[in-house]
Amino acid sequence: MFHRECGYYKTSYQGDQAILPFPIAKQAIFGLLLLFLIVIPFFANEYYLSQLSLVAIAVVGALGLNILLGYTGQISIGHAAFMSVGAYTAANLVTRIEIGGEQLPFFLALPAGGIMAALIGLVVGIPSLRVKGLYLAIATLAAQFIIEWIINHTPAISGGAAAAIEVDRPALFGWVMNEQWELYLFVMFFAILAIMAATNLVRSRVGRALVAIRDQDIAAEIIGINVFKYKLYAFAISSFFAGVTGVLYMYYFSIATYEQFQIVVSIDFLAMCIIGGLGSIVGTIFGAFFIIMLPVVIRIVMESFGPYFMDPSYLPQVIGQLRLIFFGGLIMVFLIVEPEGLNRLWQNIRNYFRVWPFSY
Amino acid sequence: MAEPNGHDSILSVRGVSKNFGGVRANNDVSIEVPRGKIFAIIGPNGAGKTSLLNMISGFYVPDAGEIAFEGKSINGLKPNEIAEHGIGRTFQNIALFRGMNVLQNMMLGRHVLMKTGVLSSFVYWGKTQREEVAHREKVEELIDFLRLNDLRKAPTGELAYGLQKRVELGRALAAEPELLLLDEPMAGMNQEEKEDMVRYVLDIAEQRGTTIVLIEHDMGVVMDISDRIAVLDQGEKIADGTPDEVRANPRVIEAYLGADH
Repeated sequence: MFHRECGYYKTSYQGDQAILPFPIAKQAIFGLLLLFLIVIPFFANEYYLSQLSLVAIAVVGALGLNILLGYTGQISIGHAAFMSVGAYTAANLVTRIEIGGEQLPFFLALPAGGIMAALIGLVVGIPSLRVKGLYLAIATLAAQFIIEWIINHTPAISGGAAAAIEVDRPALFGWVMNEQWELYLFVMFFAILAIMAATNLVRSRVGRALVAIRDQDIAAEIIGINVFKYKLYAFAISSFFAGVTGVLYMYYFSIATYEQFQIVVSIDFLAMCIIGGLGSIVGTIFGAFFIIMLPVVIRIVMESFGPYFMDPSYLPQVIGQLRLIFFGGLIMVFLIVEPEGLNRLWQNIRNYFRVWPFSY
Repeated sequence: MAEPNGHDSILSVRGVSKNFGGVRANNDVSIEVPRGKIFAIIGPNGAGKTSLLNMISGFYVPDAGEIAFEGKSINGLKPNEIAEHGIGRTFQNIALFRGMNVLQNMMLGRHVLMKTGVLSSFVYWGKTQREEVAHREKVEELIDFLRLNDLRKAPTGELAYGLQKRVELGRALAAEPELLLLDEPMAGMNQEEKEDMVRYVLDIAEQRGTTIVLIEHDMGVVMDISDRIAVLDQGEKIADGTPDEVRANPRVIEAYLGADH
């Protein structure tokens, strides 16, 4: 009933290379899909459904950043800027192009936003060919501010003084997704798609080449990897995921505004990758869940227990501050205690039960 | 280009020089590496052996002279382009991808032989999967050859030193190179590990027909397994020939033991 190799013999390399090599893993994934796609949309209330939707959107963006940061070892502090590129690209396309009286459908707007972000990402990635580490961090930080400034100061992109463009709810052949559960399933679909794409990427030729660049760029060159090309690939892929994330945010909130994509958001996504586990797909999902759900948990705890030891009128302020305190504190704790993040904790638990109840 | 012993040469280094500021790493070095043979480059520390290897594999561009592989000049090509031409290499200080297991390291070795691009790897099922499985089979043959079977899923960072060297050799071999450059493959090994490594090097040359260029300090090994030896001293080639010729060469004795000997 646990994750155990014992008793399962693989008879093909295909079987050995599968993402879910054991029946228990397949059952677990099936169970999770059942839970998240059928049980939760039916039974969860609107508030939790909205929070889980935000987790799903964040998973897409965090996967993109982890491909760049965790797998390729290139830092980017401009991740939110690429989201804004995706969001504003899609918002402009959707509001300006009408097909049969309807706004441009999401299945065209979404890849368009992603591709535009990937193109901008390629340009921002060029410094990575020359600089590493802190210097690259500064270069991408500059990209964050430059992109933000350009969008803000170009009415043709930002749609006027408020720098916000409103869009309709996503619609599929006349079915408009107005309800919370419909939006939830909409973003969940793309989160699952992103998880599959990222998993496939990192277990095949391109993903291995990215990890090679992270681990030993000189050795990567000697075995024939074009380091420049693959670094740019990493930036483009990461920005594509970010662009799609931006479009999802736009659809989810029905508005594209630069305020959703400021530097704080970039830091949030960095935190998701670090707390979740650099270079781990599962960890990224944990990280996104953790960062989005932390404020929710703090609020619930404080609203239940806070009144016992403080004036209830202070609570809203305290909750806002507590979020920041916990956030900073937890990043420090993780960097010191478990630099490999939640993914490592998960693996430790799994490995413990591999031979349980025996010692070895 | 014909060699004295009648073999054609796979690699020709002609009059190559390299300076780093005032330091002369190589000066007018010429070697001809015969196809299918084991060619050793020896010399005291700082003789310019590794910098010569670095020029062959494209990390340094020679200041003068030409390097030709299979009759074509490879001057100025980038390391990854030279790898695509069929030159493999291992490093003096192990350069494995420590975040990956043995299998992934060896699969990476086959990077130049694989074709999957970004988009098809997103989809995976179909073309990419078939390619992964086909190359996995080749890698498994190599794992058998190097007797790494029980370690294929072990993280390379945790392996013993001698095994790491063997995995690195495997990674270079996985690309099926015509020419394999080994930079001190036996440095820091105990006797048993050395014997294993010598056996692998001989088997590679014999079974796969791979030409091997070897830098090594263990004279016993070099004299035993090399077909030809070039001796470098202070950046210049002072001798070139069969082990017996090199052993008898007075300039070699002088370089190694001093002029008063």
